[in-house]
Amino acid sequence: MGSERGGARRVAITGAGTVNALALDVAGTMAALAEGRVAIGPLHFDEVERLSVRIGGQIHIWDAEARFSRQELSLYDRVVQFAIEAAQQAVTQAGLDLSEAEAMRAGVVLGTGGGGYNTVDDSYRALHAQGRNRVHPFTIPRLMHNAAAAHLSMRHGLKGPSFTVSTACASSNHAMGLALQMVRSGASDVVLTGGAEATLCFGGLKAWEGLRVMSPDGCRPFCASRNGMVQGEGATVFVFEDWDRATARGAEILAEVAGAAMSSDAGDIVLPDPDGAARAMRGALADGGLNADDIGYINAHGTATAANDRSEAQAIRSVFDTPPPVSSTKSMHGHLLGAAGAVELLAVISALRDGVIPPTAGWREADPAVLGLDVVPNESRRALVDAALSNAFAFGGMNACLALRRA
Amino acid sequence: MDGSFLTLDDGLQRKVVEILALQAMREPSGLTPEMTLEGLGIDSLGMAEVIFAVEEAFDVQVPFNANDPQAAALDLSSVGSVCTAVARLVRDQRG
Repeated sequence: MGSERGGARRVAITGAGTVNALALDVAGTMAALAEGRVAIGPLHFDEVERLSVRIGGQIHIWDAEARFSRQELSLYDRVVQFAIEAAQQAVTQAGLDLSEAEAMRAGVVLGTGGGGYNTVDDSYRALHAQGRNRVHPFTIPRLMHNAAAAHLSMRHGLKGPSFTVSTACASSNHAMGLALQMVRSGASDVVLTGGAEATLCFGGLKAWEGLRVMSPDGCRPFCASRNGMVQGEGATVFVFEDWDRATARGAEILAEVAGAAMSSDAGDIVLPDPDGAARAMRGALADGGLNADDIGYINAHGTATAANDRSEAQAIRSVFDTPPPVSSTKSMHGHLLGAAGAVELLAVISALRDGVIPPTAGWREADPAVLGLDVVPNESRRALVDAALSNAFAFGGMNACLALRRA
Repeated sequence: MDGSFLTLDDGLQRKVVEILALQAMREPSGLTPEMTLEGLGIDSLGMAEVIFAVEEAFDVQVPFNANDPQAAALDLSSVGSVCTAVARLVRDQRG
């Protein structure tokens, strides 16, 4: 295939890294997704007994002291720790060797919904509950939303554009969409992109409780027995690279990022509008030069809230005459909020590269509101998938959809 | 506290109606038991605020999940039914 489509540069994924409740690397996560393994279980942190919802996709084996020095830990919120590990894996896999000129234009675009939420929670507890009069001097550089992106740029010597995108549950899809545009436009040859989230703490979940949208017993997207979302945590980072650069150096290409589109419902602050979701999907197809019937898999936003599942099913039905298989892997790793689209892109790569469509786990019974979609219940499926979509629809009515093609 | 149930419920109803009226941006005197929350323009976000206000006012837990409003077997559809449901929760949870 030619290196350019319509004159624009093509974008390859040449590295991936992840830490999430399923596994602390890509291979383990891919295997868990293929097995349909559910990593949602009881949460463990301070004051969890005061929550009404006590389950989540939490990373339990995480020895921060063993991974980072004391000095580093004083600067790294849990979300930054996750991002650093995921990025290290991605950069190692990609085998990046940037020239000085390339490094000047290489950057980081990361999504996060909550930033340094644990730092905020700990600091407020110290001030308000414990009556202390001071917090750690690095509280601000720990909690700021751009901390993770900053540390990735510092660690890997990326001196071009680096920034954080925060659009709640669509953050990492917005981030990766922008990263695609930066590489495609020639602004950068290499961008680290994805998302990181660590909001599983008392204050983080207490705030969510009030919305009454969380499930007390499990995440069952597109199932009649669904009763809400379940939160997760972790980070997933990819290396997006100019296709020609990647092929010239013989890099393994995991998938092509073919297109992206963003849309806004301009409607309700929490209730999704199928029209906004449909416009994002159509836009991603058009941007990627794809037709609806090229798509062999859709990774759904699939939060397992009644509002999302109904709206997303309607949107998919309106875009596809014959919808391809649709699954939501949030049923396994939980909803990673600002890192959701990033970890879920691993499911898309599984479908494209390995021919394995991860299932919607926890599924029990058909729901008329899902409009007859094939939601790949409980068992992964082998299929030759040439192209796929990945959806993310955020509170605020902000939608971002990515289109990927098999490399 | 014997004999206090009736007065408790009177005060309770007044408070519940106040909460609903505030959310509906109306005067409490304009609400009747038959009025539905939907008719008062209380949407899903408004419902979350109503429940928060009820929990704060009466120190109870309202077992409500927006994804499955029927699950808790609480009828929260009208002004009157919300009053009844809150009175039941207060009795059950305060013993």
